[in-house]
Amino acid sequence: MSGPLQDWKSQRKPFAAVASVPVFWLSLFFIAPMTIVWLYSFGQNVGPADIDISGTLDNYKRATEWLYLSIFLKSLAVAALTTLICLIIGFPVAMAITFAAPKWRPWLLLGIMLPFWTNLLIRTYALMALMGTNGYMNKGLGGLWEGASWLRTLVGMQPLDAWTPVQLLYNNFAVVLGLVYVHLPFMVLPLYSALDRLDKSLIEASLDLGAGHFKTFMQVVVPLAAPGIVAGVMITLIPALGAYLTPDLMGGTDSQMIANVIERQFKRANDWPFGAALSFLLIYAMFILIALQSMRSNKVKEAR
Amino acid sequence: MFNRTAIAPLEYTRKLWMRSWVGLTMLFLYAPLIVLMIFSFNDSKRNVVWKGFTLKYYEKALNNDSLVEAMVNSLTIAFFATIISLVIGALAAVMLWRFRFPFKGLVEGTMSLPIIVPEICLGVAFLIFFAKVDWPTDLPWPLNLSAITIAHITFCFPFVAMVVRARLASFNKEEEEAAKDLGATEWQAFRDVLLPHIKPSLVAGALLAFTLSLDDFVITFFTSGPDTITFPVKVYSMVRFSVTPEVNAASTILIILTVALTFIALKYQGVKGISDAH
Repeated sequence: MSGPLQDWKSQRKPFAAVASVPVFWLSLFFIAPMTIVWLYSFGQNVGPADIDISGTLDNYKRATEWLYLSIFLKSLAVAALTTLICLIIGFPVAMAITFAAPKWRPWLLLGIMLPFWTNLLIRTYALMALMGTNGYMNKGLGGLWEGASWLRTLVGMQPLDAWTPVQLLYNNFAVVLGLVYVHLPFMVLPLYSALDRLDKSLIEASLDLGAGHFKTFMQVVVPLAAPGIVAGVMITLIPALGAYLTPDLMGGTDSQMIANVIERQFKRANDWPFGAALSFLLIYAMFILIALQSMRSNKVKEAR
Repeated sequence: MFNRTAIAPLEYTRKLWMRSWVGLTMLFLYAPLIVLMIFSFNDSKRNVVWKGFTLKYYEKALNNDSLVEAMVNSLTIAFFATIISLVIGALAAVMLWRFRFPFKGLVEGTMSLPIIVPEICLGVAFLIFFAKVDWPTDLPWPLNLSAITIAHITFCFPFVAMVVRARLASFNKEEEEAAKDLGATEWQAFRDVLLPHIKPSLVAGALLAFTLSLDDFVITFFTSGPDTITFPVKVYSMVRFSVTPEVNAASTILIILTVALTFIALKYQGVKGISDAH
């Protein structure tokens, strides 16, 4: 930042000119709605469209029932697994972009970013079409199956039974795959930006001094890219935890995530106070994740 | 693969396994979209076997009034949401960049919340809010889209503010002071000195807001009524109840639109701009 900040008191008019609209908008169309949800979470249904904000904690008590708690834990597990897979797939990709020839780098980045700009619903739909029982993924698996069967006949064994298409969609596997598909760019971009800033002579030094590529990777690259890894994990984990569309379209009856339960309270079940309580529990979970991250980065700063 | 020179230790990208890894990742990212686009031209109801080239599903999609209406609604919402987000976002960025004021940290933190709060929670909040204030639902077009547009602005403008603020950091305040010393008023200094400096970030922010608005499903799903269907909501119900090749055609149109917008952004920022932006 160049130049000192101006005190608002010495510049009342310009300050009012720039501050009033954003502050007004934020208060009326963000803080007010969120406050109403928060208040509703302490209320109860007294009529078909009447909610009495009585200060009851029943909604939160109900949310800790095993049924809801297990869905919450499952959402966390699914989001964590998605994040881990994205990290494993994304790290080498980010490395490849970082060390690519300068003329290729922007195009590789564009390749990662373009799907990220494409409509989420369309991407989910495209993946679903590929994974259907008649889709190409099933055809590919069928091809592999027949290849294996043919190999068996080569070594004199009985051929396998004919390939029957498997149901790839509408289960937990589909949800994780769908979430990975959607969130992969979120992971690659922060990883790339951390790796790009990394001093490459440190890697060279490590290699020169006799460490292997794997050792260098684990002991030099990963620690130095840690801020990017943390950023990538957060930026993937948070939206994955609150994902609604992917589990809704690609999941089966047992792959509901917390967002689907919240949605049901507002549409079919029509229990707004309980839905409000669940939404705020989800928001608190985000806050805890973010607090953990900032505590960690403060520690790193102190250590330096 | 066909290296003439030996691979230097740091040329990871020239290693075969690394190339295959990137290639497979790109295949994973693009294969579904490309298959979808190719099969939108397929002359068959069931999307598996290639039966011949046809444009009939495009014709069908474009003659499907509710689909076209949804598309028009989406574009209208995105247009207004972009313009208003741009103004609010730029003002917010200037406010945070230029002034010291009480509760600044709180304001800054609150402004980043719409980005962090899960979409589902924001959607629910708007559903309750618009029900609570009895927001009129029977207004004539395009005013009936106002609820959705308001919701979109709330999650778009913090992104604009972020992009603009990053650009403001490189502004030399002395330029503005010089303008004022030479007799420019506050407004003139803003219009003729500051605004030209942040223009690239305004273009980037506008494209970001436009795409975010066009892309949004969850928040819109909670704020839209029967007369205010947007494109993603329409596609959702089509996918939910019956998958038709029309959806492929409509999706292809939107993908092409997105790619076109991205390339316009590239023209403004340059291909190098992407790698610098991160």
